[in-house]
Amino acid sequence: MTIVREILATSATRIVAAIVLGFVIGSLFIFFSAEDFIDGVAAGDAGLAIAGGLGAIVDGYSALFRGSVVNLRAEGLVDMMKPITETIRFAGPLIAAGLGISLGFRVGLFNIGGNGQMMFGILWGTFVSTRMDLPFGLHLLVAVLATILGSAMLGAFVGYLKARTGAHEVILTIMLNYISIYLFTWFIRTPGLLKDPESGGTPRAPAPAETAQLPALFPETYSLHAGVFLVALAVWFYWWLMERSTIGYRFRMVGFNPHAARSAGINVERTYVAALFASAALVGVGAAHQSLGLTTGFTQTIHAGIGFDGITVALLGGGNAIGILFAGLLFGAFKAGGPQMQVIGVSPEVLAIVQGAIVLFIAAPPLIRAIFRLPAVSSTPSLDRLRRRVLREEETK
Amino acid sequence: MKLELRGMSKRFGAVVANDDISLTVNPGEILGLLGENGAGKSTLMNLLYGLYQADSGDILLDDEVVSFKGPGDAMAAGIGMVHQHFMLIPVFSVAENVILGHEPTGAFGALDLDSARALVRDISERFGFNVDPDSLVEDLPVGVQQRVEIIKALARNAEVLVLDEPTAVLTPQETDELMDIMRQLASEGTSIVFITHKLREVKDVCDRIVVIRSGRVVESTSPETSLDQLASLMVGREVDLSVDKTPARPGEVVLSVSDLTVIDERNQKVLDGVSFEVRSGEILAIAGVQGNGQTELAQAVLGLLESAEGVIALAGVDITRDRVRQVLDKGVGFIPEDRKRDGLVAEFTIAENFMLNGYHQAPWAQGISIDLDARAKRSDELIASYDVRTPSAETLVKNLSGGNQQKVVVARELSRDLTILVAAQPTRGVDVGSIEFIHEQIIATRDRGIPVIIVSSELDEVYALADRIAVMYRGKIVDVVGPETPREQLGQLMAGVSQGAQESVS
Repeated sequence: MTIVREILATSATRIVAAIVLGFVIGSLFIFFSAEDFIDGVAAGDAGLAIAGGLGAIVDGYSALFRGSVVNLRAEGLVDMMKPITETIRFAGPLIAAGLGISLGFRVGLFNIGGNGQMMFGILWGTFVSTRMDLPFGLHLLVAVLATILGSAMLGAFVGYLKARTGAHEVILTIMLNYISIYLFTWFIRTPGLLKDPESGGTPRAPAPAETAQLPALFPETYSLHAGVFLVALAVWFYWWLMERSTIGYRFRMVGFNPHAARSAGINVERTYVAALFASAALVGVGAAHQSLGLTTGFTQTIHAGIGFDGITVALLGGGNAIGILFAGLLFGAFKAGGPQMQVIGVSPEVLAIVQGAIVLFIAAPPLIRAIFRLPAVSSTPSLDRLRRRVLREEETK
Repeated sequence: MKLELRGMSKRFGAVVANDDISLTVNPGEILGLLGENGAGKSTLMNLLYGLYQADSGDILLDDEVVSFKGPGDAMAAGIGMVHQHFMLIPVFSVAENVILGHEPTGAFGALDLDSARALVRDISERFGFNVDPDSLVEDLPVGVQQRVEIIKALARNAEVLVLDEPTAVLTPQETDELMDIMRQLASEGTSIVFITHKLREVKDVCDRIVVIRSGRVVESTSPETSLDQLASLMVGREVDLSVDKTPARPGEVVLSVSDLTVIDERNQKVLDGVSFEVRSGEILAIAGVQGNGQTELAQAVLGLLESAEGVIALAGVDITRDRVRQVLDKGVGFIPEDRKRDGLVAEFTIAENFMLNGYHQAPWAQGISIDLDARAKRSDELIASYDVRTPSAETLVKNLSGGNQQKVVVARELSRDLTILVAAQPTRGVDVGSIEFIHEQIIATRDRGIPVIIVSSELDEVYALADRIAVMYRGKIVDVVGPETPREQLGQLMAGVSQGAQESVS
């Protein structure tokens, strides 16, 4: 966990540098894989090859921009703005999951069970949204709460097992991912449970009842739905909980120093349970965004790996609400812009490389120091002494 | 070998760590280098050992200027250093540790352990170290491990030996033994630099004393200088080492512990039928060499040890089975012996550390929301009244000096509504100025009628504070004696020599 904590403490400048470097690495891949570059090499024309490669970089990244921010080629302002709304829609669950994972990090817990927690929440939420008959508004509220609480319960269960048996949460959450995802699969494959009777040979869950759908904010124009408000609320809640409430204070205390927490009268085990409950509940917000925004049926792939992506969002976001918001938007933009890149013939897989490179650049320095047991730059003994000296000197003034 | 440092200066940015320091150590001489934490002693020794390069100044060995690019050069020139934290590999034997880095080899590069053993045995016999070359380092007591460090230096023919705060980890007996070894080495011609901030020790063993403050040599003096004078030189102002204290006026029993037994996970009895009482208005010191059950005693009172058997009663109420939260709410103040581990969250600000065990109530919080304004106000009050030297309450605790960190703990605990204070090693790793302040605060607490238990392995502290002294040895209280008991007798009790005084154990 000390490594994770160090990664979370990466400075904003370094994060920006990592993002820029990530795009540079991505450019290299676009450059060398561009058809015009390969053709140029084959023809033995260096100028053509280089021009082709550079052209592909420009085309690729402008396609990404077109697909995720503003499409200047579209007709009319409404269509021009569509890409940014797509980015926001894709970013929603990533941000929620990022908040959840990040909360765990700050209590010293590695929750990599986001996918499983999402599916467990969706299981409950789908029962409410397809099997219950409630008026609009109330139905939606109950479905959202069922999804969030469903996810949270699985998180709390991990916390309970950890507190009770001392099992490590990484193992528990990884294994529960499988259990939870296949449990959902079983539910949608078994007629009479959650299987959509019309789905036949390709079993899936039915779409949520109309009264339980997160309503579209701009019907017919954009696919953005009310889930965005849930996520905004989650961002605010995360900030308030961690920075302003006594519960978050207790979480951070246990995360930094469980021994001191114990001496301060805190039940560390119970705090783990509470923290994993809260962590998974935030992941559950992403699950609600993902499943209740649908108007069609869906399968177990609905989690879309968001629980794992949330880890990278949390690391990139540096553990604070605003950072996670922007990190989620960046990765949401990749998801929204990828198809546009494919249209012009640049592999959208490049974006996965960019994403990976960014995280690597942020995570690598602390990781390398940890592997080779080098002291952290910020805390060599002599620097520590120096810092203490400077402080003392300030005191005496 | 004669070591001379001439005009050594070292600055880090704007900070002058060493400013024109000159000193000489003659062969067979023990030089005490006395100074508070952060005075520049370690920087100076790192310059000598080649870990830093001096900005100006020269190092002379036998009147010849030398320069070291790293510890390897320094060792080759005959300088040996024993660090405060041992550089030993616990799973290796003594002989293996001693030869580490310059292993003697036989045919085909096979390790020649026999000659290593012989080497250890030689040195050990010559200086009376009594170290078995084949025992594993992890099985040895701390004092013997330190001797292995010294053997390591001697095995490389060190003629100048630097000991950096060597007694910090030793018991009083081990300290005495170390001093004998130092005298023995000196008599064989080794020059010794003894770095410490403990006044009594430099007086005992050194031939000359150099006092360093804020990176400068403030005085070169003889061991005849009085303790108060040495302390004043070190701190830079008048220091009165004796604590002003009126006789105790004990009132009714506040805490009574009877037949307390704790068995740890290795099935050892770490506390074995401990019984004692503390009355209001008195300070009971629990003396003893580290690791004889004092830590567990303090933890058991706080409710940290669930396996505690026996009865702990606070003001007549049994609190043996209480959780820590309940014990704290009943007014038990606790200063843990390891403040960084148990007393503070280093990454938290001072204000956040003030609210560590009262975070859920006023003035720190309203409902479940932290009351930032009230916290800032209360923190500033505490910083002022407990003399915490810091730019602001929002400074991270890890950036404070040891003394100021401890004052944060003391402020937090003493500012609560207390029925009793349990303070374990309250001044460990704390500068002289802060020690004075913390001792005054503890006595003021007693004078407010609050009973105090001090757990300390420093005899000076025990004598400065105690109204009664309970001595622990191997999980038992061997005797409870008065503060007028002579040092030798107390030292014997700490070593487990009971003087037929068992019946006075209350």
